[in-house]
Amino acid sequence: MNFDKELDARGLSCPLPILKTKKSLNDLTSGQVLKVVATDPGSIKDMQAFANQTGNELLSSSEENKTYVFYMKKK
Amino acid sequence: MDTQTSTIATDSKALDRLITERVDALLDLRLEAKLAALKAARTPSMTIIATKGTLDWAYPPFILSSTAAALGWDVSIFFTFYGLELLKKDLSGLHVSPLGNPAMPMKMPFGPEWFRSLRWNIPNAMQSVIPGFEAFATTMMKKTIKNNGVAPIAELRGLCIEAGVNLIGCQMTVDLFGYKRDDFIPDVKDYVGAATFLPMAKDADVSLFI
Repeated sequence: MNFDKELDARGLSCPLPILKTKKSLNDLTSGQVLKVVATDPGSIKDMQAFANQTGNELLSSSEENKTYVFYMKKK
Repeated sequence: MDTQTSTIATDSKALDRLITERVDALLDLRLEAKLAALKAARTPSMTIIATKGTLDWAYPPFILSSTAAALGWDVSIFFTFYGLELLKKDLSGLHVSPLGNPAMPMKMPFGPEWFRSLRWNIPNAMQSVIPGFEAFATTMMKKTIKNNGVAPIAELRGLCIEAGVNLIGCQMTVDLFGYKRDDFIPDVKDYVGAATFLPMAKDADVSLFI
């Protein structure tokens, strides 16, 4: 999937992946896509909840070897 | 009353009833749509009363506040009693005490897996007489926090400030414990009393006492 910016949130625990995602989205313009890589297992549910609350679109979320990859499209 | 007047009166009553029915039906529909629109446009808000000044209890207010701010909520934290410690310029004095804190898992943040998983049940009587036990426990807790990628309190607080969380100090406890305003970070928005905080809490969607 194409993306405009990547955030490496590996090794960070709640709530840092969410806070850094929010910060990274600030640097993007509407419609651009942020890729987030995280290792916090809580981030799967939290990223979805963040997207629901903020109106940014979670395009996909996947897991591989305990690493979680999210693609978030800025509102 | 002649026949004509009587007919007009009956018609008028029937008309009134019809209008009322129609208006009620429309009002229900419009009100629902209007309330939904208002709810969607409204910024959620949260107020927290932070009363604890230990390293462990410093986390909940700052974690919840920074996250709520990231979700776009308006957040205010009212720091009172020992919670004022969390507003100090220097946070290195935050400690955690396992004494009288029986739910706190006492585990070592280093060594092989089997050693880390051991739970050290040290009786209160011993904890209280071993010099430096609290300092030791605090060091271990800080190490555990770091190992798990959990942010230090100073960083979380900084993120809260950056995200526009309102930090408010309780004036009464500042005076009570003899603090000076200079002890606290300049980002504290105001020092107020209960009468100022309560109306904020009344209008908040989430209000917590920590």
